[in-house]
Amino acid sequence: MAFERYQKTDFKVVGTRPRRPDGIDKVTGKALYGADATAPGMLVGRILRSPHAHARILRLDTSRAERLSGVKAIVTHADFADPGDDFTRDIRDNLLARDKVLYDGHGVVAVAALDAETAAAALKLIEVEYAPLPHVTDVDKAMRPGAPVVQEGRSNETVPAGLSQNVTGFWEFGHGDAEAGFAKADRIVERSFRTEATHQGYIEPHACLASMGSDGRAELWCCTQGQFMVRTVCAAILGIEASHLRVTASEIGGGFGGKTTVFIEPIALALSRKSGKPVKMVMKRAEVFRATGPTCSSSIDVKIGMTRDGRITAGTANLRYQGGAFPCETASFGAQAAFAAYDMPAVRTRAWNVLTNRPKEAAYRAPGAPMAVYAVESVVDELAKTLDLDPLEVRLTNAARKGTKSSYGPTFPDIGLVATLEAAKAHPHYTAPLGPNQARGLSCGFWFNFGGNTCVSLNVNSDGTIGVTEGNPDIGGSRASISMMAAEELGVPLDKVRTVITDTNSLGYNDVTDGSRVTFAVGLATIEAARAAKKKMCRRVSRLWEIDEEAVTWKDGCVVPAGPNAGDHPPMSLAEIAAIADNTGGPIAGHHETNADGAGVSFGVHICDVEVDSETGAVKVVRYTVFQDAGKAVHPDYVEGQMQGGAAQGIGWALNEEYVYGEDGRLQNPGFLDYRVPVASDLPPIETVILEIANPGHPYGVRGVGETPIVPPLAALSNAVSQAVGVRMTHLPMSPPRVLAAFPSGSAARTAR
Amino acid sequence: MIQVRLWGSLLSLTDGQETVEVEARTLGGVLRELVRIHPALKPQIDRGVSFAVDGTIIRDDWLHPVAPDQEVFLIPYMTGG
Repeated sequence: MAFERYQKTDFKVVGTRPRRPDGIDKVTGKALYGADATAPGMLVGRILRSPHAHARILRLDTSRAERLSGVKAIVTHADFADPGDDFTRDIRDNLLARDKVLYDGHGVVAVAALDAETAAAALKLIEVEYAPLPHVTDVDKAMRPGAPVVQEGRSNETVPAGLSQNVTGFWEFGHGDAEAGFAKADRIVERSFRTEATHQGYIEPHACLASMGSDGRAELWCCTQGQFMVRTVCAAILGIEASHLRVTASEIGGGFGGKTTVFIEPIALALSRKSGKPVKMVMKRAEVFRATGPTCSSSIDVKIGMTRDGRITAGTANLRYQGGAFPCETASFGAQAAFAAYDMPAVRTRAWNVLTNRPKEAAYRAPGAPMAVYAVESVVDELAKTLDLDPLEVRLTNAARKGTKSSYGPTFPDIGLVATLEAAKAHPHYTAPLGPNQARGLSCGFWFNFGGNTCVSLNVNSDGTIGVTEGNPDIGGSRASISMMAAEELGVPLDKVRTVITDTNSLGYNDVTDGSRVTFAVGLATIEAARAAKKKMCRRVSRLWEIDEEAVTWKDGCVVPAGPNAGDHPPMSLAEIAAIADNTGGPIAGHHETNADGAGVSFGVHICDVEVDSETGAVKVVRYTVFQDAGKAVHPDYVEGQMQGGAAQGIGWALNEEYVYGEDGRLQNPGFLDYRVPVASDLPPIETVILEIANPGHPYGVRGVGETPIVPPLAALSNAVSQAVGVRMTHLPMSPPRVLAAFPSGSAARTAR
Repeated sequence: MIQVRLWGSLLSLTDGQETVEVEARTLGGVLRELVRIHPALKPQIDRGVSFAVDGTIIRDDWLHPVAPDQEVFLIPYMTGG
């Protein structure tokens, strides 16, 4: 449904930086995360996982484990129902393998026992006879006819003939005549790029506590980005009704998209159903790496033509993504996002999703966009350099703006890319001098954003305080922002408002916390719920004053007469109205449910300076600035945190993080010692510049901000390192061995700019 | 009539037709008509699609009104992280 267009500008609460409401609980250890729940008689659940990249299960014998004292339940794939659709069936088959294991770490059988030691001992007693099959973990090799087939019959109807059955999806976007465009170019650059799979890297591993009674009713506590999604998926896999399962989301220690699906929850429920006891499961870090969603790895070809004055004449990209052993559509987002920053007369992108013997991909912040934008922005940078043009001016020359036909089809409404580029151009960072062995890179980034299904209740308590109940786990400060928007709308002090995230029995369905949607959509629903409550309060006061409802209005947290003809009544505050609610009709509440639209796309620009050690290949980020159109920043600290966090994760993706597979198809680095995420000492202070270009689709002008910041860092880093090394870098991460190998023989790092 | 633009790889399912004219007042009606005119689109629509209406992304909202003067693009089902 359509909402009121953007209208409010005179904010009192929105735009301030109050202390975060969850801070004390988190720093004192009071906050309850997934692994913090306990229950009397609780069992411990563990999963036996495949040691093979690809193998048929010939025989599974759990009899010895079942006889072990303390073992209370064992479940396999046979304990699950048929959900009836491929999407949920794939989630189910990723939990515990059906007839063959599809990757190293694929679950096979799960055990619930009295304690962890017994569960571990039981796993050792389970006999699994495998017949190893040929495997493939490389995206390009998996596409070739004759490659080991991961799953048969999964290609959708648009996949061209002649490719391996591993190719499950094909997408094409664009407009114009690319060949004619290339013919007009003074310079054409065509390059191929590779990016490795990276994990979301959340600190909190997946954890849950499930309890199903003999009446078939169940309670589930888990760390997730969406308790309603968990309920839907678990109910389908367990074959139970949604109302029989109540899911409560714990505090969450990071998600970044990786907790928008399930990996253990249906197993815990099945174990509980079988044992009649509560079952707790907590993944070990190695399990998180081996069996939960990393993002796709990719192999991308980009070709761009440019005139000598910097105008792009045409661009094409072929994107091959692997998302593990199950189909996914992440490649389609890469194909749509690749050239989204540019106004192009001719553009064509093609994308293929390819099955490999790797874990099932899960969403990761702007899924699919970072690697595609990395490849395109690398070529744009190279063209600018070879034509001796300023790379930022080239981007401004070609920047998409209002009325531009986007590379993925739709015409852009008002967008903030040009303003963001102008801010970057004017910032001192862009012209600051560089030191020895240092170089500068920049990149644009784009993400779609959306709204989605949202349901909010707002209660006016009798003491004049406000309780907001919403259904989206807070992964980026949304509770603060929601409270601030409620306070703003109702005209009450922020400390009078408390926002809580509720269970699945207490609100209508809320989509998962993803798509940078929560501050936008839940905020919008909160504002509407507050307006509904205000309307009720106005009606009650008009009746108290015995005047028409139209003769009162809401102003600064009070009901006031709407004009001189309404009579002489002193303003009645929300607290005063709340205090007499019992006598004026009972509790006062507002509610709103919607499928929100109007989120508005988002653009960002990142500038980074790096220093490259030509002896070791180590890259040090010495300065980094993020510019982003955030719409109205409800709580600027959190907006800056999103911008900094995205940059930090992108820096890790660009420089160090990668899934490393051996010849045997097994993951070589399933731990934070060998899979290196950036730590504080790796990073400079990340400067932020928020551009508040109001989103017309939200009453306060709010725009989603959480995903776009991870899109530009890959190319910004690569463009900087390429400049420093003197060679175009085409493979991420740019780990020290790759950088060292890239240096032209006998050369040293050059000072850039 | 609503002119619905399809993404490129769907053209193999519509005999090369990139723009499909449909009689509909809502996005649900657009989906219904697309499947009626081009049954080969049904598997993709069943898996999930989104729309961009005048550049705004809309997901799962069959009741969203559309008018002939609006730009309507079918786009892949939008998700995020």
